This record gives sequence, structure tokens and C-alpha cells, in this order.
Amino acid sequence: MVDVLVIGGGNAALCAALMAREAGASVLLLEAAPRAWRGGNSGHTRNLRCMHDAPQDVLVEAYPEEEYWQDVLKVTGGQTDEHLARLVIRASSNCRDWMRSHGVHFQPPLSGALHVARTNAFFMGGGKALVNAYYRSAEKLGVQIRYEAPVDRIEIEDGRFVAAHVKGERITAKTCVLAAGGFESNRDWLREAWGRNDRGEWPADNFLIRGTRFNQGVLLKHLLDDHGADRIGDPTQAHMVAIDARAPLYDGGICTRIDCVSLGVVVNREARRFYDEGEDFWPKRYAIWGRLVAQQPGQIAWSVIDAKAIGRFMPPVFPGVKANSLPELARKLELDEATFMHTLNSYNAACVPGTFDHTALDDCHTEGVTPAKTHWARPIDTAPFYAYAVRPGVTFTYLGLHTDDTAAVRFNDQPSDNLFVAGEMMAGNVLGKGYTAGVGMSIGTAFGRIAGVNAARAAMNQGALHGLA
Amino acid sequence: MASLEALTRDARALANGEVVLTPSEAEVARQMTICNACRYCEGFCAVFPAMTRRLEFGKADVHFLANLCHNCGACLHACQYAPPHEFAVNVPRAMATVRGKTYADYAWPPALGALYKKNGLALSVALALGLALFLVLAVMLKGPIWGAAQGGDFYAIFPHNLLVGLFAPVFLFAVLALTLGVRRFLREVNPATSGAPASGDAAAEAAHDVLRLKYLDGGHGDGCHDEDDAYTLRRRRMHHFTFYGFLLCFAATSLATVYHYLFGWAAPYNFPSLPKLLGAVGGVSMVIGTVGLWRLNLRRDPLQGDTAQRPMDRGFIALLFLIALSGLLLWWARGSAAMGLMLCLHLGAVMALFALMPYSKFAHGFFRSAALLRHAVEKRQPNPIGLGAD
Repeated sequence: MVDVLVIGGGNAALCAALMAREAGASVLLLEAAPRAWRGGNSGHTRNLRCMHDAPQDVLVEAYPEEEYWQDVLKVTGGQTDEHLARLVIRASSNCRDWMRSHGVHFQPPLSGALHVARTNAFFMGGGKALVNAYYRSAEKLGVQIRYEAPVDRIEIEDGRFVAAHVKGERITAKTCVLAAGGFESNRDWLREAWGRNDRGEWPADNFLIRGTRFNQGVLLKHLLDDHGADRIGDPTQAHMVAIDARAPLYDGGICTRIDCVSLGVVVNREARRFYDEGEDFWPKRYAIWGRLVAQQPGQIAWSVIDAKAIGRFMPPVFPGVKANSLPELARKLELDEATFMHTLNSYNAACVPGTFDHTALDDCHTEGVTPAKTHWARPIDTAPFYAYAVRPGVTFTYLGLHTDDTAAVRFNDQPSDNLFVAGEMMAGNVLGKGYTAGVGMSIGTAFGRIAGVNAARAAMNQGALHGLA
Repeated sequence: MASLEALTRDARALANGEVVLTPSEAEVARQMTICNACRYCEGFCAVFPAMTRRLEFGKADVHFLANLCHNCGACLHACQYAPPHEFAVNVPRAMATVRGKTYADYAWPPALGALYKKNGLALSVALALGLALFLVLAVMLKGPIWGAAQGGDFYAIFPHNLLVGLFAPVFLFAVLALTLGVRRFLREVNPATSGAPASGDAAAEAAHDVLRLKYLDGGHGDGCHDEDDAYTLRRRRMHHFTFYGFLLCFAATSLATVYHYLFGWAAPYNFPSLPKLLGAVGGVSMVIGTVGLWRLNLRRDPLQGDTAQRPMDRGFIALLFLIALSGLLLWWARGSAAMGLMLCLHLGAVMALFALMPYSKFAHGFFRSAALLRHAVEKRQPNPIGLGAD
């Protein structure tokens, strides 16, 4: 019997497996996906939001604990646990040497991402390179790894993990770490969670999943429904981005983002604008547009720009619909031409001339139109015109297992002695809603490492640590 | 029908004076569009920073990027869109496929570019002809080759002037053909890479990147990929052994030419003379390097690069190995009855290399150096794409 069973194969699971192995435990890791698809959503990530009090290799200036905490507080609207959030923040300040020791390389921010040069450390080659490095290091350290090993249920007795079941096989272990992801890939669950709206639509049917198809939430549901584990979060809350409507159903990843929202206007199926496109810098706003579009009829919208915007945003992966006049664009988009022209004309007329500066919260804004566009508002008047259809893209869901600073799974508010949780399955403890770039990996890394250490300690009959030294 | 439509579209584009991409070039353009929206690989090499200076990928851009790519494999193993993903992004393969075609397309005279189509065969035939040439010559000049020339004097078999008369024209033609080929390449790539002239600074950086094989270091210094996602410095080191070994041998030959004509000192040279020293060290280095590269080539993940070009790669590695080994054997066999045979082997292999310099893997170093130079020039110009929010 192994000491520690890790269920999952992404960043949090790998951090747990590596830490447990380093603590002296024998470790078996079960990845549901085949090897080619291993790593869950971590393969699509690119950086880690890091606290630092002074410049640190690839990170410039400082990003102190308090500022990081305020950012988390702001994006979550207070739906967070300060103790756990601060634990994640502090852990993000000193985990990178450990990550490097397992083969992860960092690099200065990518072009088009300089706005996070101060706050985020980028993985060279992105998340899949990180996942590859961790698997390689885990194999070298003697962690047993099994692919295509989805766990469908686990046995729990008096709050203690006993065994996991994989395709009819029963696997026992002294302790267990659950790090099997959220339920974002489970279309039925998303449909049920989002329900039916006033228009009689099932909004979630029009969602796209930005990441892995393997996060079906099987274990999450099993723990919540069958074992009555303490829960956290709302099943409709998730990291959601507006992505290209032509993106594949799964694994579209980063490249399907549409980054020109703040440079133009966004209209819904009724050809009307519905939100201030220039509210703040796009990197601070991209994470709210998924929900905004989810609330529109048909869960679809079009980001409309003119020739002035070309070259000022990350080039989209699919070409936009191009037209030489706005009425032609409306016809190509099959939107009501009269309403579309009314929307665009009203917007254009409302733009107050200013000094356009996409690198600052400039003074180009609208007056007398609702919703207002508060920055970067310039008339859309220069052919050719382009439009990109967008749909909500779910990155990961926040419904999860309630935990504490030992990463223990809790039953009736009592921590389990030997069952721990990390990653998306518990990210909702810190993220009740909203998102800020790179924080998912900070949570996964911090709690993965804590869960790994405590699982190893529990297997060797040592008491749990509260956070990491 | 689809192909008919494509043909019609291409015909119209041609009539409008637009440049039509070949399928393999269009595949690079397709993949670069995906990469440009992702950019995770920006730290690995020069290709991705060069890509971010573009929004569209025309023929010249594709040819430039394809030759800038060192086929290190890093972006394949790190790619979230690599097969089995439906986007099927495999940049090393797409680039290698185009790169192979550019060698053929830019070759001068153009007709000889066809030698790239079955390069393994071309190299074998060239080698056979080279060997036959010297064997027949030796027999004609000296009769039996075994035991020809006592006392270890090469020129007793092949007079110096005969060798110069044979090698010099072939070598000079090869230099001319390579120069014209690379010049055609640069003419196309120049306007697509800012058109600015090369500064001394840019040239120095390009030379540094070529001589150190900077872009086989992975961007982090741990190296590139061979059979899997592990970073290793083996390929970079083995290439250094081969490349610098070759340069040492070339220097030995050049120096010997100077000795011969300037000082009247005739070969063979013995230790500790400089030509001998350079040749010996260079030969051993080439043997180590080519054996290493051969083994790594056999082990390479088949997803990396264009496997159809492996005969070209391996043929070239084998030829360099044969040159180095026969050179060392010649040294060993000097004064023995086998010397004549070893000499024919060595000279035949060198002749094959010279003859096919502009039509074999040998050309890759020149096209890649040219691409690195244009990259070094281009990156010093203001970025034409001004992304906001940076």
C-alpha cells in the first residue's frame, strides 16, 4: 500500500505528489487523461501571480502582500477567506525556487503582457512546459504515475480516506490528496447549475470550455453528494472570459481570446451595446466579459472595431468578419441593420474628442449614451470594419470543497485526518467570484504543496502543518 | 470542387500580382496565426519574437521564419495545441518542411535544386563518383593501388597540381553557387525584415548566435529536445564538435595551401606542425560530433521536424564522418600498402562534399546565418505592431 494517493494530474496534484515524495512518502498519482492530454487546465496556463517586496529575477518593482490582498478582495467583491487568501499570497513569494528545482523555467513577460510584468512570473513555454517538467521530476524521484486512471468513487470511513476505485480496481493508500479539477467540462452539470433564464434559454448550452475535457467533476460531485463533504462556492461562479465563438468546444486555451473589446464597441444579438467597454484596462476587465455575454440573448455578442484598432491588440486566432461599411457589416453579421446603425451612430455621436492613449486611462469617453464608454472611446468610422463573435468561455468553476490552512477536506466542519484537497477543487475558498490573472496557479501551487506535505505527514503519523514555513 | 475553387482563387491572385503560398507555406502561416495569438513560446528562440512583429505571414516572412527555426523542438513539446489537439500545431515540422523547400528553391543554378528531392541518393551517387574518379585516376597513374607510393608521399600518387586542378574548380563553383543562392534568399527576405542594412552590431550578434548555436540552448541554457520533452545539451555539443572540427580541418587544408605556395613546404606535414595539429584535432572532433549527431538523429522524436528530410540529414552526417575517419585512417596508413586506397577514399569523399556543398544539408548553415543576420537587423528597428496596454 502506498503512503499517499494523489488523484489528479495537473499543477496542484503534481505539487502535492512532489512535496509528499520529498517528505519521504511513497506516492501514486492517478491522472484521468491519457498521457498526451495530461496536466488538466494547467497546460493552458502561463503564469503565477507572485507577491514580492523587491525586484526578483523576472519580476520588476514590488508587489507587496497588502496590495495583492486588496486585488483579491476587489475582484472577489469580498467573497473570499482572508486567512487562506493571505496564505496563498505569502506562499507565492517563496515557492519559485522550489519550482525551479523541479525544472520549471521562468521568463520575462510575453509581448502583449507587459502590464503584468510586476505581478506575474511567466513560465517559459507556458503551462505545458511546467507540467512536463513536474512529471519528469516526479518520475525521477520515484513517484508512480498512472494515466487513463479516472477515479469514479472513493471509500471514506468516519471522515478518513480508505480507498479509491478506478475502473473496477480498488486502490488503498494511507492518505489521499484530491486535486482532480472543477466541473467545467461537464456540460450537463453546467446546464443544471445555470438553469433556464427568463427568455427560456439554457445559457450554459452556449458556453465553450477553454480547457481540458477531463474535468467532469465526478469526484467533486461524489464528495459533495455521496459523502456530504463541506462545500464552498456557487456552481455558477467561474473564471469566465469572452472568447471567439468559433473556438473549439474544449481546449481552445489562450489563443481564442478576443482582446479588442476596449478598442471598439460590443453589441448583442439585438444589435445593442450592453456594458462600458472602456471601464478599465482590458487585463483587469477580461474576466468579467464571460458573464456579461452569458447574460445576453443567445449568449453571444460581437466585438466591433474599425481600421484604427488593427495592430493594437493581440492578433486573434480566427479572422474577423470584414466589411467596408457599417451597414454591410450588420448584414454580414445578420444583425438588424437599422438597430445596429442606430447603436453605432449614437455611440459615434457621443464620443467626446480627446487624446487617445491605450496605455493609460485616457480622456476619450462618451457623453449622452447609455451605457457610456468611459475610456478609449473613438468613433468607429474608418473602413475596413471588423467584427468578432464572442461567447462565454469557462476556464474553471469555483464550486468546491471547504478547506482550511491544512488543506484538509472537512466533514460537518471537522477536518479529515488523511484526506486533503488542492487546486480547482478548493479554489472557491479563495475565489468566491471574479478572477485576476495568475491567481489560479498561485492557489494550486500553495495548496498543492500544503496538501502534499500534510498527506505525507499524516501517512507517517505526524500532525498536520498549518500552511508552509 | 474545393480544389477547383482553390485553383481559381490562386489563378486570380496570380493575375493580380499577389504571391500565392504553397500548401506547406500556407501551413506555416496558419500555425503562426495560432502562435501569434498565444505566444507562450516567446522565450525559446528567435522565431517567436520575430513572429510578434507581424500580423500576416507572406511568402517572404514564411521563408525567413522557416530558416530562423533551428528545429530545437521546444515549442512542440510545450505546445498546448500540438497533436492530438485539433489545431495540430507542430511548428518544427511546418518550418522544416518549408525550409527544405527553400534550399531547393533558392539553389543556383535552379535546375540543380532538384538534387534536394532525393538528397540521400544524390549524396551516395556523388560519393560513388568521387571514389570512382580517384580510384580510376590512381590506377591510370600508378597501376595497382595497393602498395602504391612508398614512403608516404601522397603526391607520388596524385601530383599536387592535379589535385588542385580537380578540387579548385569544384570548390570555387560551390562557393559561387552558395553565394548566389543565399543572395537570392536575402533579396527576398530583406524587404520583409525591415529592409534596413546590417549594422556592425547586428552582424556581431548574428555571428555570435551562429557560432555559439544560441538557439539550441532553449532560451534558459538547458538545451533542446531529442527523443522526448527532456532538455539536453547533447545536440548543441555534438554540432559544435562537428562544426568546429570541420573548421579546423578546413583551416589545416588552407594553411597547407599557404605553406605550399608561399613557403614551398610540401606535404605531408608531421607533428608538431600546425596543419597536422589542426587536422588531427579537427578530424577527431568531427568523428565524435558526427557519431553523436547520428545517434541523436536516430533517436529524435519523429514529430520533430520533417522526417522526409532525414536521408538528407543522415547522408550529410555520414559523409562528414567518412571524410573525418578516412582522413584519420590516411594518417594511420601512411607509409603502408593501404595508403593509396585510403587516399582515394578520403579524396573521393571530400570531392563529393565539395560538389554537393550548395545542394546538400551543408547549405543550412548559410541560409540560417542569413536569417539570423536579418533577425538581428530587424529586431533593432521599431516594432511595426504597437500593441496597446503594454
